[in-house]
Amino acid sequence: MSGHVFHPGHSDLHGITVVLEAAGDVLYVGRYHEETPKGVLLHDVAEHRGPGDRDEFIRKTLKFGVRAQHPNVVVPSADVRRVVRLVEWGERSAGA
Amino acid sequence: MPYEPRMVQPMREELTRIGVKELKTVADVDAALGDARGTTLVFVNSVCGCAAGTARPGLTLALQHGTRPQQIATVFAGQDLDATARARQYFSDYAPSSPSIALFRDGEVVHFVHRHMIEGHSPQQIAKDLTEAFDKYCAAPATA
Repeated sequence: MSGHVFHPGHSDLHGITVVLEAAGDVLYVGRYHEETPKGVLLHDVAEHRGPGDRDEFIRKTLKFGVRAQHPNVVVPSADVRRVVRLVEWGERSAGA
Repeated sequence: MPYEPRMVQPMREELTRIGVKELKTVADVDAALGDARGTTLVFVNSVCGCAAGTARPGLTLALQHGTRPQQIATVFAGQDLDATARARQYFSDYAPSSPSIALFRDGEVVHFVHRHMIEGHSPQQIAKDLTEAFDKYCAAPATA
């Protein structure tokens, strides 16, 4: 490690690219920032709606990166179904 | 808004002291990437300690490998804005992220390491990914 860390005191997921599965068959892929009383804050977020083509959306995101549609998204905590690191989601899909 | 230059100078020097060439202007980028022959690695540097803090040491380890790209360069995202934007035009199929690493062979991107592939990985893991790509794409062709 270089020691040049600018983000002390955040959760383990801070700065990590995650897939957040939300109510209503919505997937968000973005950089996890923190969970606030308003919900989970993600930065530079791509969004996928509906149950179809989820695997293709994730596959393209893994290969070509996160095509951010929103600079920031706050997902209300009550709507959050699960939060998984993008690379782990990809590994699960590949192993399925 | 760029950080105070003195704050990021150690992050620049972590790369320049191992021989990585800084591309700070559009002209620098075009001079490095405009000639589409051979192999070139471009490291998109970042102030983010979460990922860049392991990516730079990962690159340092990888460059100790016997096989390596002919040219190794870096742009600094969030600091050298025009140069970074220009460099990204050369790998525009890939969404911008920093840190990230592009490996070119004869002008084509043959290997790309996104930020999400760096996060949470050790320098050794990042170096392993890079050296495998070096062996695959940068080895000199066998001669008869």
